[in-house]
Amino acid sequence: MKKLINDPNDVVVEALRGIEAAHPELQVDHQHKVIYRGDAPKQGKVGLISGGGSGHEPLHGGFVGLGMLDAACAGEVFTSPVPEQMLAATKLVDGGAGVLHVVKNYTGDVMNFEMAAELAAAETGARVVSVVTDDDVAVQDSTWTAGRRGVGVTVLLEKIAGAAAEQGRDLDQVAEVARKVNANGRSMGVALTSCTVPAAGKPTFELGEGEMELGVGIHGEPGRERLPLAPASEIAAMLVEPILADLTFKPGDPVIAFVNGLGGTPLIELYVMFNEVARILAGHGVPVARSLVGSYITSLDMAGASVTLLKSDDELLSLWDAPVNTSALRWGI
Amino acid sequence: MDENVTTAVLEQWVRRFAHLVAENRDYLTELDAAIGDADHGSNMDRGMRAAVAALDASPPETCGALFSKVGMTLVSTVGGASGPLFGTLFLRIGSTLGDDANAAPLEVAAALRAGLGGVVDRGKAGPGDKTMYDALAPAVEALDEALAAGTDLAAGLKQARDAAAAGRDATTPMLARKGRASYLGERSVGHQDPGATTVALLLEAATEAPF
Repeated sequence: MKKLINDPNDVVVEALRGIEAAHPELQVDHQHKVIYRGDAPKQGKVGLISGGGSGHEPLHGGFVGLGMLDAACAGEVFTSPVPEQMLAATKLVDGGAGVLHVVKNYTGDVMNFEMAAELAAAETGARVVSVVTDDDVAVQDSTWTAGRRGVGVTVLLEKIAGAAAEQGRDLDQVAEVARKVNANGRSMGVALTSCTVPAAGKPTFELGEGEMELGVGIHGEPGRERLPLAPASEIAAMLVEPILADLTFKPGDPVIAFVNGLGGTPLIELYVMFNEVARILAGHGVPVARSLVGSYITSLDMAGASVTLLKSDDELLSLWDAPVNTSALRWGI
Repeated sequence: MDENVTTAVLEQWVRRFAHLVAENRDYLTELDAAIGDADHGSNMDRGMRAAVAALDASPPETCGALFSKVGMTLVSTVGGASGPLFGTLFLRIGSTLGDDANAAPLEVAAALRAGLGGVVDRGKAGPGDKTMYDALAPAVEALDEALAAGTDLAAGLKQARDAAAAGRDATTPMLARKGRASYLGERSVGHQDPGATTVALLLEAATEAPF
């Protein structure tokens, strides 16, 4: 393992110190490992908090700021934060208009956020609504599994719901927009290499030089199948076609197309992928209305990419275009 | 009817459980590596160590305080799904036993049943999902039946331990339908569930405490 770390046990704590040092407009509650807006709580504005295991940066801490999240809770690497962290974050950002919890659909995350919401209601009376993202088409959605995993759509949801909150919409309206994003977004990823968790010191899974894992999860969970490595044009089809098969895109439906790097893949390859994704979508008559290319929801040092498509409309596009000022996403300001 | 058990006896049960979790830490993690994310043993051990430290720092005076303290500590230190699930199990046992320094055998059984209810509320698991439920539910049943038949608490807990162990073993051929293991589908078959294994340790610890 070659990593720019000191002690593997200190990675999360030290990264939070780095975030605090690099971004004076943010505040960090080190005891609870919460990154929050310097101007929190904003009176009358719905607070948005998210969080999850660390190792997916810039998700979620990189999305704290104007027009996106009010606070992000950092768990240990690939481990859900605990309820008292989300409780602390909820108290920090509640400006009287209630708080939206954005939760990725993993069993631990869902339960810990649920307990936090119960504690918040009991301790502060704060109104909390939770929205769970579950956009990964690699997993069969059924009542007999934990359901689909929350992946790329989480980034788009935090941007769009964050804009709705910034506009002054109430908690139910912000939650409704968030659910609309999740319902209309789908993702699929591919890994070219495993990731290495610092505390483990060795790759999470073995993947041969000539192999790739199609449908991989952002913690290195197994995907749909292991296949021989293929050209980007073929890989793009393997990611886009299952999405189009899962969610009906009528010709002319505008989409926000998001090609995301998993941490160890250079931007030039992500643009090669985006070119292929755009070509496939054009072939289906699906116009790309907006795009996002870069590493925004990662899996430590994993090489690979995911594609997220969000079927949009004028409302979602105008919220997407609204100003955002965070360390990882910034435009319109 | 038996004599009531004291908070001190119940505390010995909890401490014995912490000891067994520590002893089986690597084994539990190995089980989790096969179908989960390889942290169950280390997470539970961290949580139970913290719980024992909390008991050392301020010894609880009531049965309810004992289990509530352990539950809160697990929720705040374990993380993942095990924190809320085992935390809720202990919290619900604690709220059922309440502010008494002693508990009657039937109260212990009722508290364990309430704990099972808490786990179901939190995790939404049922029989055959390959979870901690599959060891805990048979143990609760066995204890209730034993006490109803006039068995004393110590002997009833031995029957509960055997039922939990049988439930744990029965998870091996199951197809996981909850948690991270469910992503594996058919590949989860043939592996013993780590959560059910920890529940079996909890009941084993009960039989090693001086009930």
